[in-house]
Amino acid sequence: MSATELVRTARMKRDSGIGKQVRKVLAVVALPIVLIVTWWFSSAGSQNFFFPPLEQIVTAFQPTWFTGAIETEVLPSVWRLLGGYLVAGVIGIGLGALLGSSPVLRAFTEPALEFLRAIPPTVMIPILILFLGIGAEMRVVVIAIGALWPILLNTIEGVRAIDEVLRDTARVYRLTPMMRFSTLILRGASPQIVTGARQGLSVAIILMVISEMFAAQDGIGFTIIRFQKSYAMPEMWSGILLLGVLGIVLSLIFKLFESISLKWYFGLRQSQRGGN
Amino acid sequence: MTISDSVSVQSPDVLLQVRGLRKTYEVRNDPIEAIRRLTFDIHAGDLVCIVGPSGAGKTTLLRSLAGLLTPSGGSAKLDGEEIVEPPKGMAVVFQEYARSLFPWLTIAQNVALPLKAQGVDRATRAEKTAKALEAVGLADVAKRYPWQLSGGMQQRVALARAVAYEPRILLMDEPFAAVDAQTRADLEDLVRNLWHRLGLTVLFVTHDIDESIYLGQRVLVLSNRPTEILDDIAINLPDERDQLTTRNEPEFARLRAEVYERVQQAKAGRRPGDAA
Amino acid sequence: MSNNVATRRSWLWFLWTPLNAVQRAWAGVAGVVVFLVCLQVLPLTGAVDPKHTPPLSEVISALVSRLATPQFWEALLNTLTTWGIGLGISVAIGVVAGLLIGGIPVVREFTASTIEFLRPIPSVAFIPLAVLLYGTGRDATLLLIIYAAVWQMLIQVSYGAQDVDPVARDTARSYRFPKGFTLINVVVPTVLPYAVTGFRLSASVALILAITGELIIGTPGLGKLIVIAQESGAVASMYALVLVTGFLGLAVNVIVRMMERRVLHWHASVRREGMK
Ligand SMILES: Nc1ncnc2c1ncn2[C@@H]1O[C@H](COP(=O)(O)OP(=O)(O)O)[C@@H](O)[C@H]1O
Ligand SMILES: [Mg+2]
Repeated sequence: MSATELVRTARMKRDSGIGKQVRKVLAVVALPIVLIVTWWFSSAGSQNFFFPPLEQIVTAFQPTWFTGAIETEVLPSVWRLLGGYLVAGVIGIGLGALLGSSPVLRAFTEPALEFLRAIPPTVMIPILILFLGIGAEMRVVVIAIGALWPILLNTIEGVRAIDEVLRDTARVYRLTPMMRFSTLILRGASPQIVTGARQGLSVAIILMVISEMFAAQDGIGFTIIRFQKSYAMPEMWSGILLLGVLGIVLSLIFKLFESISLKWYFGLRQSQRGGN
Repeated sequence: MTISDSVSVQSPDVLLQVRGLRKTYEVRNDPIEAIRRLTFDIHAGDLVCIVGPSGAGKTTLLRSLAGLLTPSGGSAKLDGEEIVEPPKGMAVVFQEYARSLFPWLTIAQNVALPLKAQGVDRATRAEKTAKALEAVGLADVAKRYPWQLSGGMQQRVALARAVAYEPRILLMDEPFAAVDAQTRADLEDLVRNLWHRLGLTVLFVTHDIDESIYLGQRVLVLSNRPTEILDDIAINLPDERDQLTTRNEPEFARLRAEVYERVQQAKAGRRPGDAA
Repeated sequence: MSNNVATRRSWLWFLWTPLNAVQRAWAGVAGVVVFLVCLQVLPLTGAVDPKHTPPLSEVISALVSRLATPQFWEALLNTLTTWGIGLGISVAIGVVAGLLIGGIPVVREFTASTIEFLRPIPSVAFIPLAVLLYGTGRDATLLLIIYAAVWQMLIQVSYGAQDVDPVARDTARSYRFPKGFTLINVVVPTVLPYAVTGFRLSASVALILAITGELIIGTPGLGKLIVIAQESGAVASMYALVLVTGFLGLAVNVIVRMMERRVLHWHASVRREGMK
């Protein structure tokens, strides 16, 4: 076999299906594995009190969370998060559809909304404590208010951007108001609504944690701060990891939802790009 | 030929009655008079073409007739009823047909949507949709999305949607201006064919003289902006038309010369009533 | 636009009428006035508990007396400094990492999964760690800011770097342009619009986390003043400070958007020059 042939077969192998597949998998897992392994070995036998060995953190995970804390601290936090987020979604999309469709209402509310949205959402916590105390309601409301702005403002933009011809089509074929809302407005604005919902979700997670750290007697944020105050380092780290995992899981669920609801949009963009 | 503006007695089979229709766009400081005065009748079962140079106000006229635009004066009546909003039983194929299809709905869903708005039950909807797609030769792409189709196919979807709606009158705004010549010829035959089979009333707007003669029983020639009707020409070609033979008939050539001359005069700024 | 709306026989018709720029401005002013009047009147009538929400006049007088104290200005300066440093570091990291990741396909391929995992981890999860490492100092808050704000910049810049026209890049290489020349003439113009978007997003995230850090960790700044006001029961003062954070957020938004417009304008004109 000549040298050029060798090179050619090597190249074919590299480009072949299996080679590509292997490379793809490698690309996904390589760096995370390297990072985790590095953390594991560099922290092994660590004498630094604040940075316990990863092994200890992992060992602490099970007894810290899976002996009841998941049910009593974590899940209630997640339900509050989802509750507040849902409220923000319903109000944000409903109000956004209205404001996006009505130039008069939009002009009337725009400057005030612009100001309200600029208030960092976390400073609402001390204010809401006045009204609602430090219980679950306060936290749900904080999450709802914080997540509302990105959803609302993006929905308004999305509704405004709906194609004029499509609006005319809906009128000519006399779609019912319900169908206009669901088929024209909601779907038409969905790319921007999803963008707003994504921003809203990360704000909501921040607010879930902060509201519990700031003033609460329970919840995942409170629990982590309690570990910190009692210098239970591996437990505290396991809490940080848990929050990380929670963030990742929620974002994965969101991505799934996004890829389903915006399938048409990605396809449309692809075809437009290919067409040019 | 002139029809006096004061005529209001309606012959029994007049479906669309336009009397002294005017439209001036109120752009700030600079009103644009698009339509000066239009008066004509369309009888039930007619296929009428309106031909006029680009910018003559053809789209403006069609949008006024569709109830999407408030005229500045005069009236348009469908079956004796003043058009103030999109009337029942009217379908429109827009010039920007691609933008008039809902990209988040499949082809079948797009076609079925107006039927759903009318409260047609699911089984009937499916049946009518399938029939309409069959009629335009798109039965095999029912489950695809509009952005997966070529321009000519999208145009046929828009046509199928209009046909499935079973309108009493179908308005078409330069529907074939953006498709290639072969597709265009096919689509022209399709329109004639559907018109024959379904007994529709069609108002077909175009800037293409040959197309207007080939398709129409009657051609209205519009002047330049501000628009008036320059001429109303009856097309006495045999009812069975064929892309090859019809276009080669002496009568076709004569009509083309006649309409062409009118349009040239229109471009040169001739107004009705000017000495020829 | 007003021309495109046919008369609707609904008593709410005015909501859907388009406005011109002057009308829009007046509507906005009216909206703000109504908003302010509500803030003043609702507490006075007892519709909301004045103990929890003092009337606007009280909040304003609290604000005025705050403005007279050196502590306020010190806090404002602290907040701005923390924000500025955090944003600066985030932008620097984001640009460098974004260029590497976006510009070198292999790097992109092997870091994508890690970024996808790290990004959704809420930065506030690191609060306990930050407190242990840096106490209530500025560094603790900076840690939060940087972890949150880096991503926006990094992602946008890497999109931009991916977008660099391969033909332009190859041309630069084949003509053996010096590296600096390529950077300035090929990479910068493409990446710039993405970078300004990233900057805008990073700037507002950084401000939110700066104030959040002050609120929770106790880093000196406006957030800390809010907590002090809350703990001492100075409700009006607390509202006044919340308003200040809102104005700060608004100022950041407006200034960054102005910068964005200016850079993009420059960018557009540079591009046009380049095409000649
Ligand atoms: N919304 C609008 N506002 C102002 N002027 C318009 C508007 N729409 C159309 N026009 C003007 O009215 C004239 C007729 O336009 P149009 O009806 O689109 O012509 P056509 O369809 O025959 O090409 C053109 O001069 C156009 O510039
Ligand atoms: Mg037109």
